Amino acid sequence: MSEPTKTDLVDVQIDGVWHQFPKGTRLIEACRQVGVEVPHYCYHPKLTSPGNCRMCLVETGMPPRPMPGAEPPQPDESGHLPISWIPRPVIACANTVAPNMGVRTTGPITEGCRQGVMELLLANHPLDCPICDQAGECTLQEYSVEHGKGESRFREQKVKKPKNVEVGPRVRLDDERCIMCSRCIRFTDEIADDPVLGFTDRGSHTVLAVYPGRELANNYSLNTVDICPVGALTSNDFRFQMRVWFMRETQTIDTNCATGCNITVFSRQNRIYRIVPRQNNDVNSDWMPDSHRLNFHWIDSEARLTDPMLKVDGVHRTATWNEALSVAAERLASLSGSEIAVIASARMTNEELFMTSRLVKLLGAGHVETVPRQGEADGYLVSADRNPNTNGVKLVLGLENPGSTLDRVKSGIEQGRIKALIVLQENLVDDAGFSPELLGKLDFLLATYPIANPTTGLADVVLPGACWAEKSGTMINVTGRLQRLNKAVDGPGQTREPWEIVRDLVHALGGGNGIYSVTEVFKQLAAEVPEFKGLSWGQIGDLGLPLIETGETIPALEREKERKAAGIIVG
Amino acid sequence: MSGITYQRGREPHPKEHRVVFRNVDRVGWDTGIDTFLKEGGYEQLKKALGMERSAIIDEVKKAGLRGRGGAGFPCGVKWTFIPPGNTKPVYLICNADESEPGTFKDRYILHQDPHQLLEGMIIACFAVGAKLAYIYIREEFPEAAQIVEKAIAEAHAKGFLGKDILGSGFDLEIYVHRGAGAYICGEETGLIESLEGKRPYPRIKPPYFPAAMGLYLCPTIVNNVETLCHVKHILEMGGEAWAQTGTKNNTGTRILCVSGDVKKPGYFEVEVGKVTMGEVINDMCGGLKDGRKLKAVIPGGSSAKVLRADETFTVGRGDDARQLTIRDIPMDFDTMAACGSMAGSGGVIVIDDSRSISWVLNNLNNFYAHESCGQCTPCREGSLWMKKITDRVVAGKASPADIDTLYGVAKNIDGRTICAFGEACSWPTESFVEKFRDELVADTKPELEGALVSAEPLTAAAGLR
Ligand SMILES: Cc1cc2nc3c(=O)[nH]c(=O)nc-3n(C[C@H](O)[C@H](O)[C@H](O)COP(=O)(O)O)c2cc1C
Ligand code: SF4
Ligand code: SF4
Ligand code: FES
Repeated sequence: MSEPTKTDLVDVQIDGVWHQFPKGTRLIEACRQVGVEVPHYCYHPKLTSPGNCRMCLVETGMPPRPMPGAEPPQPDESGHLPISWIPRPVIACANTVAPNMGVRTTGPITEGCRQGVMELLLANHPLDCPICDQAGECTLQEYSVEHGKGESRFREQKVKKPKNVEVGPRVRLDDERCIMCSRCIRFTDEIADDPVLGFTDRGSHTVLAVYPGRELANNYSLNTVDICPVGALTSNDFRFQMRVWFMRETQTIDTNCATGCNITVFSRQNRIYRIVPRQNNDVNSDWMPDSHRLNFHWIDSEARLTDPMLKVDGVHRTATWNEALSVAAERLASLSGSEIAVIASARMTNEELFMTSRLVKLLGAGHVETVPRQGEADGYLVSADRNPNTNGVKLVLGLENPGSTLDRVKSGIEQGRIKALIVLQENLVDDAGFSPELLGKLDFLLATYPIANPTTGLADVVLPGACWAEKSGTMINVTGRLQRLNKAVDGPGQTREPWEIVRDLVHALGGGNGIYSVTEVFKQLAAEVPEFKGLSWGQIGDLGLPLIETGETIPALEREKERKAAGIIVG
Repeated sequence: MSGITYQRGREPHPKEHRVVFRNVDRVGWDTGIDTFLKEGGYEQLKKALGMERSAIIDEVKKAGLRGRGGAGFPCGVKWTFIPPGNTKPVYLICNADESEPGTFKDRYILHQDPHQLLEGMIIACFAVGAKLAYIYIREEFPEAAQIVEKAIAEAHAKGFLGKDILGSGFDLEIYVHRGAGAYICGEETGLIESLEGKRPYPRIKPPYFPAAMGLYLCPTIVNNVETLCHVKHILEMGGEAWAQTGTKNNTGTRILCVSGDVKKPGYFEVEVGKVTMGEVINDMCGGLKDGRKLKAVIPGGSSAKVLRADETFTVGRGDDARQLTIRDIPMDFDTMAACGSMAGSGGVIVIDDSRSISWVLNNLNNFYAHESCGQCTPCREGSLWMKKITDRVVAGKASPADIDTLYGVAKNIDGRTICAFGEACSWPTESFVEKFRDELVADTKPELEGALVSAEPLTAAAGLR
C-alpha cells in the first residue's frame, strides 16, 4: 500500500488529544497507535469482527449538526470543530475514524459500559480460577481488575453447561468458561478452513460445540487455545502442567521447517512446558502448526547425550571434552583432507555453519554436504523444506544445491576414498540412508547430536550437541528472512552448543580463533559473507529482517494479505 | 365500504378505514387469483411497469409511507439507500416473521389476501431493481406458507412473475423461505443470516446496513408485509392522495392489533393518528371487562415501553405543548414516541387492574430470555438474569434491592447491543420499574435482603431451562 497522502488522513480526538489517522482505521487500532488500550474480547485483527462481546464500547462524538438556518459551528484555534458527544456508545473494534470525531476511553459512559459488560460476563462464569489453566493470562481476570466492579449483584443460580468436552485430540472445552466471543469458531472457519466449531442453543444457554460426528483435529487446532481469551479451550498437552506465572518466556523461532514460525518457549527450572506462536506478520502471522508446537517433549528424553564419549574396543566410555577433542584432532590430523568429508546440518545456525566452513577450510576437507529434508507443504505455514536453515547452508556454507551430493559421499566411503566423516547434528543412518555397514567402513567417524541414535552408536567420537532450544544463533527462512534463535534452556550435562563444539575442534586442530560468544561468530560472519555485510546481532531484533530475495512466499500470509486488501480483516 | 359485505360478527368498526384489510373477512372473497383479478388485481403492477423506476420511488416518498414492521422508517427513503452505481444484484425481502408478541396482522394478509402482497412486492422489486425476492415466513405459519406458495404459482401462470413480466422485459422470481421458530429472525439482519442458511445472528451496523450490504453482501431491501401491501395502494391513489389519509408525517392507514383485557380484542385498520387510545379501547374493543379498571397499556408490541393509565403525557414543544391522558393519545408514530413509548408493530396490549405487574413483567422477561439469540454479552446474559429476578419476585423470593438490580441490569443492556433486541428486552423492565416500582416492591420481602436465594422457583424453572 502506498503511504497515505494528506487527504487520506482524518483528524480524530482521543481522550482530549488530536491525532491524525488514515481513513478507514478502526477506532480500536487508532487508540492502540497512540498508546490507548481499548479492552476487547472478540476482536482479533486477523479475524473478521462480529462485534459480539461489547467490551470495546466507547463514547464518541461528532461536530454538532446545526438546526436549519442556525449558525454552523466554528472551528477553534487549532482548526477543529467542537464535538457534540453522543450518549449511545459504539464498538471501537468495528467502527472507523471520521473527520473531526472525538473518542473518549474514560468517563462515565465508556467506564459504565465496561463495568456493565464485565458484570454480565461474570454473571454465569464459574469463577474456577484456582484450577483454571488460563489463570494468570486470562483477559477476564485482567479486565475484572481494571474495569470490573469488585462485587457481584448476581444472586441467581448459574447456568449449567457441559464441562471437560473433548472437542478434538488435542483440545478440550469447558463450556461454562466460554464467553462466546466466537474467536475459535472464526479461526477454524476463516484460517484453518475446517469449520467444525459452532454455537448451538440460544441466549444464555448458548454452548460452543463441535459439529456432530466431527472433531477439531486439524494441524492448527491449538491456535484456538491461544486466542481463546479465557480458559474455555485448553491444551491437553499443557493442561494442569504448570501455573503460567511460574514460567520464563524466551522469544525464539521454530526449527521444524523453513518457515521459522516465531515462537515463545515457556520454561521453568530448565524444563520446557509449552510453546506458543509469537506474532510476526512477515512469517507466521499469529499462528503455528500443532505438529511443530508439540515437538519438544523429546528434549527431556532419557536418551539425551550428556557427555562426550570415545569408543574404546568397540565400547563407548564417557570422556572429558579435552580428551575427546584431542582424540578427534589426532585422528583427523593423520588423514589428508581429501579423505575427510563433513556432513553438516541445515538445522544448524548460520554461526554454526560459519564455524563449520572454517573447519572445512582448516582440514582441507574434500567434501562438505548437508542432509535434505523434503516433505509436503501444507498450504498454510508448513514449508515443504523441513530444514529450518537451507538458505543459511547456501549462503554461509556455500553449497549451491544442498543435499544433492550425498550419494557421492556414500560412494566415496564405499570406494575407500573417504576415510573419515565428521557428522554435525545429523543422524545419517535414520535420516540420510547411510547404512551401518557403510559407516563401518570408515576409519574414523565423529558425530554430534542431542540424542543417542544409530549414527552416534557407530561413532568413534560422540559429542553431545545442544538442540535448537538450548542454543542461540541465526537462521534464514524460506522467504530469505534472517531470524534469531534464542536459547531457552540449558542442555543437559556437558552438552555444548554446536558452534562451540566446532570452534573447539578447530582450536584442537591448531586453528586459533579467540571466539568466545555466538555474537562474535556473527560479527566475523558478517565481515566475511557479503549478504550479511554491515549487519549487527542487535539489529536483527526479535522479529528478524529480510536478508535475501528467494521469490518464495508463505501461503498463510498471502491469504492474509488478500483478506486485508479486501477489508475483511485489519491484518 | 360500499358493495362489500363482511362475515357476520367480523364487520369492520365504523371508525376503521380499511385499505390493506379491505378483503379480510369479506364474504365471497378467496385467495384465488381470479377473485383478485376481478377486483382490479395486478392493474397497479401494469401501471408501474410503464413508469420510470424513480417515479415509483417518488410516489412512495410523497406518500410518506413509514415502515409497519416496528421502526417506522420512511419506506421510500430506505429504497434510495441502495448505493448509486451499484453493480451487484439487488434483493428484496418481505419480512413475514411477525413474531413480536401482541402483533397479529400480517398473518391475515398472508392467509386471506396473498395477491395483494405479491402485487405490492412485484412493484417494489421493479422500483428498486430486484430480480429475486424472498418472503420470509415464520415457522408458526404453515398454512400461510402454502397459501402464498399457491399464489406465487398462480401469478407465475398469469405472467405476473418470471421472465419478461407482461412483456416489460422485467424478470422477477419470488421464493418463500420458512423460518425455524425464532423471534430474532424478524430482525432484518438476523433474517438475512437465516436466509443465507446460518444462525440468525444479527449483524453489526455499520457496516452491514442491508440496503448496502445485505443478503450475500448485496444491496437488500427488507420491508414488512403491511408496508409492501401499501405500495400497491400508493400507486393506485397516487402518493399525494394517499398521504391525505392519516395525519402529517404519520400518513396512511395502519392495522392495530389489540389484545389483553378488553371485551373484544381484534385487529382494526385505522387512519394513523385519527383515532385515540381511548377510542380504540372503549369504542372499537368494547371497553374493559366489567368491573375492571385500566392499569396500563403496552402500545406497540411487547417491546414498547409501558404506559401507565394514570399518567399525564406532555407532547409538543413550546406553544404547541399539550397535556394528554392515556385515552387522548392519538395512535400515531410521533405522539407515541413523544409519550415515551413507540407505535412499533401496532400491537396494543391492554392490562387491567386484575393483573399483577410482577407477573406481566415476568411473562415478558420469560419471552425475551428465551428468544435472545445469545450473540452479544449484554442481551445474552442480561435477558436471563432479568427473568431470573422476576421469577423470584413472582415467587415471593425477592427483596426490594433486587428491583434495583433488575433495573440496573436492564440499563446495562439498553443501547449497548448488536441489534435492537437489546432495547426490546430492556425497555419493558426499565419502564415497568420506572412506572410500577411500588407494585413490584410490594411483591418482595425486605427480610430477604442480602440472603442467598439459591433455587429458582420451580414453577418458572419448569417453563424454561
Ligand atoms: C428483535 C426484532 C424483531 C423484529 N421482528 C420483526 C417482525 O417480526 N416483522 C417485521 O416486519 N419486522 C420486524 N422487525 C423489524 C425489522 O428489523 C425491520 O426493521 C423491518 O422488517 C423493516 O420493515 P419496514 O420498514 O417495512 O417496517 C424486528 C426488529 C427487531 C429488532
Ligand atoms: S471457547 Fe474461547 S474462543 Fe471460543 S467462543 Fe468461547 S471464549 Fe471465545
Ligand atoms: S441484542 Fe440480543 S438478539 Fe440482538 S444480537 Fe445481541 S444477543 Fe442477539
Ligand atoms: S471487541 Fe468485541 S465488540 Fe468490539
